[in-house]
Amino acid sequence: METIVQNIQTVPLNNYIILSSVLFVIGVLGVMIRRNAIIVFMSIELMLNAVNLLLAAFSAFRGDPAGQIFVFFIMAVAAAEVAVGLAIIVMIFRNTRSIDINFLNRLKG
Amino acid sequence: MNQSVFYLLSFMTVLFALLVVFSKNPIHSALYMVLTFFTITCHYVLLNAQFLAIVNFIVYMGAIMVLILFAMMFLNLGKDTEPQKPVLLKFAAVIAAGLLLVTIFAALKKTDGGQITGIASNNIGLVKELGKTLFRDFLLPFEIISILLLSAMVGAVLLAKRDTK
Repeated sequence: METIVQNIQTVPLNNYIILSSVLFVIGVLGVMIRRNAIIVFMSIELMLNAVNLLLAAFSAFRGDPAGQIFVFFIMAVAAAEVAVGLAIIVMIFRNTRSIDINFLNRLKG
Repeated sequence: MNQSVFYLLSFMTVLFALLVVFSKNPIHSALYMVLTFFTITCHYVLLNAQFLAIVNFIVYMGAIMVLILFAMMFLNLGKDTEPQKPVLLKFAAVIAAGLLLVTIFAALKKTDGGQITGIASNNIGLVKELGKTLFRDFLLPFEIISILLLSAMVGAVLLAKRDTK
């Protein structure tokens, strides 16, 4: 384990940025092409995770623990967001009998 | 062996993330999401951020994914309940996402971060060091988070409760 971690420390920061960008773009793609509200929700979680990974990488490369504390706070806020969001989805399902997000364009008023 | 663990893990992360977006069955999507979170946890271990690895494991793979799977099974969504978007719209979405990726890479090329290698300090990700920072510099936000979680819990219960009128 020690040797693996030491080998990893030779990975350039650019690779982490590229990985996070690709993950973020996959999340954006999921939000745009799916109509199931829960899948859209999971894609948003994917984007949050991409940002978390990038923050942790920057924090580890700079030797500054504040970045990792911030990731911890993002995770707490994400947990709260998931609870409220799923409650809203359950309520939408109860009123419309579907979780198709295109059905929600009645919100235009 | 040199760095290959990172590339293998990155490949698996991207593969599972793509499977999340493109699988037809929502339950399969959720299970691939668990695998994606697991590979991200492995990334945290490799970055020597052990506290974040454990929190990611418990909160994301444990709590959040169980909540999402529970909601999915509660709503009883089969394979064929999801209507598909028109093909033209999907095509446009893929093009737009590709353009976003190209934009990010172009911005990245302007920076000179490519030379940075090596993790600066070896033990900032350990629970002891992070705990010191958390309870010295970030004590107030830490306490406010508890109020946020309480209000989120009350809000979720209030939203999901059936009207008894």
